[in-house]
Amino acid sequence: MSVNAKTLDTNEYFYGHKACAGCGGSLAVRGALKVLGKNAVAVLPAGCMSAVGFNFPQLCFANNAIISTFAGTASMLTGIEAGMRRRGIKDFTAVGFAGDGGTADIGIQALSGAIDRNDNIIYICYDNEAYMNTGIQKSGLTPFGAKTTTTPAGQNIHGNIRPKKNMFEIVAAHDIPYAATATVGYMPDFLNKVEKASKIQGTKYIHVIAPCPTGWGIPVSDTIDSAREIVDCGLWYLAEYENGEFTLNKDPKTFTSVEEYLRKQARFKHLTDEDIQLIIDSRDAKWEKIRKNWKK
Amino acid sequence: MAEKFLSGDEAFAEGIRLACPEVISAYPITPQTIVVERLSEMVEDGSLDAEFIHVESEHSALSCAMGASATGVRAFTATSSQGLLYMAECLYYASGGRFPIVMMNANRSTALPWNIYGDQRDSLSQLDSGWIQAYAENAQEALDFALMSYYIAEHKTVSTPFMVNLDGFILTHTYEQVDVPTPEQAKAFLPPYETENRLDLDNPKNMAFSAGPDTNYIFKYKEHAGMLRSVPVITEAEKKFAEIFGRQYTGLIDTYLTEDADYILITLGTIAGLSREIADQLRSQGIKAGVLRIRYMRPFPTEEIANAVKNAKAIAVLEKDISFGNEGAVFTNVNSALKSQGVTAPTYNFIGGLGGRNISHTNIIDIFEKIRKGTERVNFIGIEVNQS
Repeated sequence: MSVNAKTLDTNEYFYGHKACAGCGGSLAVRGALKVLGKNAVAVLPAGCMSAVGFNFPQLCFANNAIISTFAGTASMLTGIEAGMRRRGIKDFTAVGFAGDGGTADIGIQALSGAIDRNDNIIYICYDNEAYMNTGIQKSGLTPFGAKTTTTPAGQNIHGNIRPKKNMFEIVAAHDIPYAATATVGYMPDFLNKVEKASKIQGTKYIHVIAPCPTGWGIPVSDTIDSAREIVDCGLWYLAEYENGEFTLNKDPKTFTSVEEYLRKQARFKHLTDEDIQLIIDSRDAKWEKIRKNWKK
Repeated sequence: MAEKFLSGDEAFAEGIRLACPEVISAYPITPQTIVVERLSEMVEDGSLDAEFIHVESEHSALSCAMGASATGVRAFTATSSQGLLYMAECLYYASGGRFPIVMMNANRSTALPWNIYGDQRDSLSQLDSGWIQAYAENAQEALDFALMSYYIAEHKTVSTPFMVNLDGFILTHTYEQVDVPTPEQAKAFLPPYETENRLDLDNPKNMAFSAGPDTNYIFKYKEHAGMLRSVPVITEAEKKFAEIFGRQYTGLIDTYLTEDADYILITLGTIAGLSREIADQLRSQGIKAGVLRIRYMRPFPTEEIANAVKNAKAIAVLEKDISFGNEGAVFTNVNSALKSQGVTAPTYNFIGGLGGRNISHTNIIDIFEKIRKGTERVNFIGIEVNQS
């Protein structure tokens, strides 16, 4: 059954938390838990969502939830999945929600191990493209050109000098049963991927773009717009990896303006025309490969 | 029961099979490997019904064990040296979460320089991590600790993880005759793990949360109190153990001829055996020597040690550890205990066995000799004072 506004669970599982206004990450967690329901057992490492949701005695998950070590989202999920199974419990979903740093940097080893073992878990990376919880420092998923508090934009260096690590294809290279990219800007697509993942045996990985107005320098009312535009201008894509094949879910005939997407965000304000051209060129190179090699 | 010829690692694995953990997550490191090899064989041949999870690091080994423990099942892991240090973050996490995981640590030197042999700098560096720490002297005691550790750790009043330490190679790889209990005996001794401190679909919980300055200290105090409550539980466990298995252990310390001793050597682990032999030899020469073996470094046997050595003329603490810039950690702990109990006999620290260097018969005779005459506060066996 397709998940949409009409069929979505009206119960709330993540509420009463202290996330900033316009937080994309909390939206991803809230939506995914509505799909997975009350028997979801959630693991959240140190990061924004654990910082805003687990402040004793104000505990904000209606389902079972636990903070893991920063590096240990996937390994704790493994232990929980094994333990629940040993208790004879069948109707549950072990799901992790880790940020970009918790996934692509400090948590990648444990994630790789879990995929290697094909543990029956869902791992959701909510990607706000920097260490937002600690004050907007560069992560492995910070895009080229973005200004963060550790990649300042000055005369000599224009923000982050490296592109985003390609987590989607890194997990796919493990021959994972299911991986997908998503964005909170296209919520039905994200939620349906969560639902699909919940029905697949083995390790599932979903990478969801989740803008952070504080870190991106956008108005709090622009979270969804930015999360859509990143796909519409081609700097992100909606895709799946399943049965050893990549599938592109959305193939825009024409892209919206990359420059417009970037210029709206304070973190990219300093970029020169040449910087923006580099970003466009890299987008085009990526899409050429996608269109050539992936199913549509 | 059955007599078997086993190494320390193998004996511990036998004990773990009898304790029936449901989840085992481990990463190999010398000299711990034999434990996890034997356990994986037991899982393969069906004699141990457990999930054996091949994690990709020690950090994940303990993180995974915490996940399992958080669902209310019995979990086991094992490590050594660099592995223990690599998972150090998780040590504090497991004790703060009150997850009664049992871990075997094969005591091994820490790099640099690299060295695979036994000393106790790995576990002694983690005294503050909130784990109960026990040190086995022989393979039989190692096996028995495997069973007793779960009884103590999982006790409702304790809920504290438990680290059992075996001297690397000297104990882990040395073969001895070991009495292996039957599964029925083990079952009679060790009750199944039951806890409310778990993720529960019928009664959902938010676990391992944050606690700010208003409440944090309360959790820390409770953790401390839980550890202290293990003391009567250790007595209870040993009493029940003796009834079922016929072996009586002696709590936090083990003493040998200390009652009337003038000179007492305090140590831990395997070196206690040779130390007792030397005590006998010195006694035959008219020197009243005694040996005190610390079985538990946490909770620390403050009163027990003070009581046992209160009439001594001089005390040596022999340990395979050095806290650079100060002294051995065991020495610091012993001195604090003696001071708090009003014991004023002089104490001397002997640092030996680092990186697996042999502590010989002569070395121990020399220790007794030195404390009879008086010596430096901190002495490195094999290094004269004016050398560096």
